[in-house]
Formats: sequence, structure tokens, C-alpha cells
Amino acid sequence: MNAFIDFIMGPMVWIAFLIFILGLIFKLVMIIRDVNARESYVYSYLTWKHSLRSIFAWLIPFFPQSTKQSPIFYSISYIFHLLLFIVPIFLMSHIVLINEAFQVSWIALDDSVADILTLVVIFALVFFAIRRQTVPEVKYLTSFSDYILILIVALPFITGFLAYHQFFLYRWMVIAHVISGEMLLIFIPFSKFSHMIVAPLTRAYMGSEFGNVRHAKDW
Amino acid sequence: MSEDIEIKDKPLVAKEKNTDEAVEAGLAKLTPERIKNTINEVLQKETGPRFKAYVETCMHCGLCAEACLYFLSNDRDPSYSPAGKVKQTIWGMLEKKGEVSVDFLRRAVHIAQTECNVCKRCSMYCPFGIDVAYLMLLVRRICHKLEITPLYIQDTVNSHSATMNQMWVKEDEWIDTLQWQEEDAREEFEDLRIPLDKVGADVMYSVIAPEPKFQAGLLYQAATIMHAAGINWTMPSSPGWDNSNMAMFTGDNEISGRIARAFYETAARLKVKRIVMGECGHAFRSTYDVGNRWLGWAMPPFEVVHALEFYHELLTTGRITIAEKFKKTVTLHDPCNVSRGRGLHDMAREVTNMVCESFVDMTPNREHNFCCGAGGGVINCGPPYKGERMINNKAKAEQLKATGAEVLIAPCHNCHSGLEDIVEHYDLNMEVKFLGDIIFETMEKKIYKPGEPGELK
Repeated sequence: MNAFIDFIMGPMVWIAFLIFILGLIFKLVMIIRDVNARESYVYSYLTWKHSLRSIFAWLIPFFPQSTKQSPIFYSISYIFHLLLFIVPIFLMSHIVLINEAFQVSWIALDDSVADILTLVVIFALVFFAIRRQTVPEVKYLTSFSDYILILIVALPFITGFLAYHQFFLYRWMVIAHVISGEMLLIFIPFSKFSHMIVAPLTRAYMGSEFGNVRHAKDW
Repeated sequence: MSEDIEIKDKPLVAKEKNTDEAVEAGLAKLTPERIKNTINEVLQKETGPRFKAYVETCMHCGLCAEACLYFLSNDRDPSYSPAGKVKQTIWGMLEKKGEVSVDFLRRAVHIAQTECNVCKRCSMYCPFGIDVAYLMLLVRRICHKLEITPLYIQDTVNSHSATMNQMWVKEDEWIDTLQWQEEDAREEFEDLRIPLDKVGADVMYSVIAPEPKFQAGLLYQAATIMHAAGINWTMPSSPGWDNSNMAMFTGDNEISGRIARAFYETAARLKVKRIVMGECGHAFRSTYDVGNRWLGWAMPPFEVVHALEFYHELLTTGRITIAEKFKKTVTLHDPCNVSRGRGLHDMAREVTNMVCESFVDMTPNREHNFCCGAGGGVINCGPPYKGERMINNKAKAEQLKATGAEVLIAPCHNCHSGLEDIVEHYDLNMEVKFLGDIIFETMEKKIYKPGEPGELK
């Protein structure tokens, strides 16, 4: 048992991060290779100016028309995406672990704040799940795998929350937390979560088509 | 959306969609083998990383729904949302690896050809900028290869293929029509000419085939404007004069490319400086955005100027002056292919304000305007689909009605015809006009003399 825990707390963390980072790099390289081989015309239209213009326009809350028309969804979505990075990166217990391993550290969130923010993330995921059930145009597009995606993101946060409060089965909760966190990282490059890097690319292309050829805004 | 507009026809049940004899005859000839091979061939050989990214990245969030005229017009029925249409076509094809049924294809061709104007409004509402119009055009491509394209639009493609124009206009009829309009116009301006094949002219003026076929008066108006503005212009007498391109909207890329090639080659033969085209949206899309790409040019080999831009130039340089502004209250419809497709919406407003006294905008407008519901080849699928087109355009009718305008300016042929249908069906009591109609009505009928101020670019 101890050997197993040592493994998931040690080498497995390395493996998960490597797969996450190398997987995303591999994905990006494959896309570029594919574009060069099959759709090199993309470069005739792609410009830095229009790509960045479009990406930044879509990063500004309530600037694009679409975001104005669905304010509740976008508010929750913006906060969710930010917290998805902020909470794990600035969590005291994570920083302590990193400090033990590498002797580096950075500013940490107050534990009680992190606790509330974790609940916010879980609430956002519950909102997404309910939205999938109740909004007809979303329900129509939803399949079982969409709930699995929500579950995969939710697990590390739920188990982390339970482990922190030590409500029950503390040891098991920590193990589940570590494993589900690692699974999430491994899953990102090979699932729809790869929109992390693909969405800026599709946005850049559409932004360039609109800015460069169509002389129109795309937000 | 307000509920004060009544629908005359009963809404169609989603499952019982219209079809036509060409679609049915094509479906009857299909074998499972051919369906599978054709779909996989197109999806594997004719697509690339863009397609892959669009399909793999869509998070099924449903935010594109809000953008779609069809979704909004059908009481937010999710099967009309952009991603909903992709689900019923592309996703199904991918999931079944091409082994889809004839019923699936009947539905797919109906969705791609008559329930999407390929207006690209939804790519402005998708946070990732996924191009659903491109996906619908891919479905049309598959349907073309399976020979199940709707009858009426296929006929226009056949005409393009045989005559290089959309309406089976014969070469002598074309020349004859131009000369007839020239003769009529000479009663107003005695020196007026419609110069045919004038090599080295500054401007090649080009129109779509419905103009000589049944709207010859538009040629008269255009000739008058050209003459009054003192433009050194010409029109080609040979095939290549028609800038329309219905093959672009049926996925018949090969014929679409031939049409665009004939068009540019005609301009090259006449050694003109630039091409000016009449008030048509899809023809602009074909010659400014699509045809050139098929032929290997990133941007068109000639400067292609839409009528809107040309009018703007004539009015701001003073080549054309307005005697008395148009009195009635007007509103302006932004055709997708020149607003979202070329950013001419602000120019269109400037021109409208230069020639009209009272202009009310419609909402939403500019890049965000709703499509007329006729574009992208939808109206060209013809009478079998008109009833449902009217239902699918309900949100557009509400948008028009809210302006309270007496006159609706539609600087695009497809829009013009589609909007006339909407106005009639929903009793909107509006007069649909081209911008050229109003300029012709209000301009001073004097001829620009060389040396007068009015330097063109």
C-alpha cells in the first residue's frame, strides 16, 4: 500500500505532468504538420494582428455580442475557467509540496478563501450539468460523454475539498484526489479539453478571415 | 421576440420535411456502398485539420443557437440551431463512419440546402469561432456527389455548366437585351451607350443572369448611372458576363471554379482596370472570396467592386449629384455577403443617408444583421420549399416590422427577392428597393464632363 502511495505521489506526478505538457506540444505539432501538408492556404490569410485582435476581443468579459446575450452563462464560465488554474496553482498545500521537492514557493491563497473558491468551481460544474439538462438547445447536443467531461474536472475539486475538511476516510480521499488530479492532466491533450490550445487557433483563423478578407468584426 | 406576427401556414412538423423529385430520384438510386464511399471520400480526402478541429473542439455549449435565424424563427427548436444541424448531418456521418441511411440523407440534404443560409452569423457567436457554414457546405458537397441536390438549384447549376450563366440566357439574347436597354435609355440621354467588349476600359460592369432574363430595367438604370457619371466602362458580350455562381452553393466546386475562371478571363481579355458588379451578394462572395481560392489566388486577380462601394465613390466624388433626396422613410438590410463578407455596412449607411431623407436602422444590424433567409442558395431551391422558408423567416419579418419603415432597401438580388416574399407573406406593407433604384430616381440627370471636379480613385 505504501509503495502504491509513494508511486502516485512521486513518479506518477511526473508522468502526469509530462503527458500533459508533451501531449499538448505533440497535439500542436501535429496540427501544424497537418496544416502544412493539407491546408497550407491557411497561412495566406492568417495574420498576427487579426488573430490577436479576435482572441483578445473574446477574452474581454461582455465585449462580444454573444457574451452580452448570455450573461449568466458567460459570467460563470469566465470565473470557472480562471479558478480552474488559480485554485490549484495558489493552493497552500500544493505550494508546500512543491517547496519540499524543489525549494521554490510563491504567494498562496488563504486556506479559507481557497475553500470557498473550490466550492465555486464545484457550483459552476453543477450549473453546467443542470444547464445540459434544462436548456433545450444544449440538451439536444448533449451526450453521455459530456457529463463524463464534467465529472473528470469535478473529481479533483470534490475530493480535494473533502480531504481538506477531513470529513471521512481522509487517507482515501487524499489518494483519490491525487489520482483524479493526475487523470485530469493526462486526459487534457486527448479529449475536448484540448480546446485549451485548439480554440485559440480556430479563433485566430476566423479572426483573420474576418479581419483580413471580410473587413468585419467577428465578435 | 414579439408575437404580433401571425403565421399564415401551419408550422410543419419537424419530421415531415419537404422534398422534391430530384432529391427523391437521387435517393432511390443510392446503394449503401456508394453512400459510405462518397461520404468517407469527402470527409477524409477533401478536409483537413480545420474540419478536425471544428468537430473535435465543439464543447456542445449551444451558444451558437442564439445567432441563427432558423432557430429564432421556429420557437427556439433546437434542431434548427447551428450545432443541432451539425449533429444531424456531420456528427451522424462520422459516428456511423459513412454508413448512414437514405432517410438520414433526405434529412441531411434538407438541412444543408434549405435550413442554412451559410451566412456565418453563428461563427460570431461561437466562442471558438467554429465555421458551421463550412460544415454545411461540406454536407452539400457530399449531397452533390451523391446526386441528391434539390431540383431547382440543380437546374441553375446545369445552366451554368452549359451556358456559363445561371438562367439559360442565350448569347444573342444577352446582346439583344443590352441593345434594347441602350435604345430605351437613349430616349433619356441621346448619347448613351452600353459599350460592348471595349478593350482597355476602366470598368467592366457585370451582372447576374436574372437581370437580362426578367429585370432588364436594372441594366437601363446602371447604364444611366455609368453614363451620367462619365465612366469609361464596358460590358462583355461573351459568356463570362454573368457573375452569379449557384454551383458554389451546391458543393459543385468544379463547375463553380469554371464559372469564376470564365469571369476573370473575360475581364482579362478586356484588359479592364477593375470590375464593378451590380447589387448582388452571392456573386460578390463568388468573385471576391470563393472562386479565386478555388483557382489558386489568395485574393481576386482583379479589383472587384460591389455596387455599394461604387455608388459611394460616385456620390462622394461628386460624379453623381442628388437633385432631391428620397422622401419616404427607409430602412436598410445588410446583405451578409457584403457586410459580414466585406464590411461595406457603414458605406451602405453613408450612401443611404446621402440619397434618403429619413433613414431608420433595423436591429440587429451591420455584421450582426439577420440574413434575409433567401441567401446561400436557399431561395434557389425553389417553390417546393417556399412555405417553410416563410416560417423560417419569421424572426426576420419581426425585425423588419419593428422599423416601421415604408421602404426597405436591399442591395442584393437574393435578399431583394427573399424580402419581397417575406413582406408579402407577413403583410408588412413595405416596398423593397435596390439602392440603385433610389439613386436613379433622385439623381440629377446631367452628364459629368471631363475636367469637372470628381476625381475617381
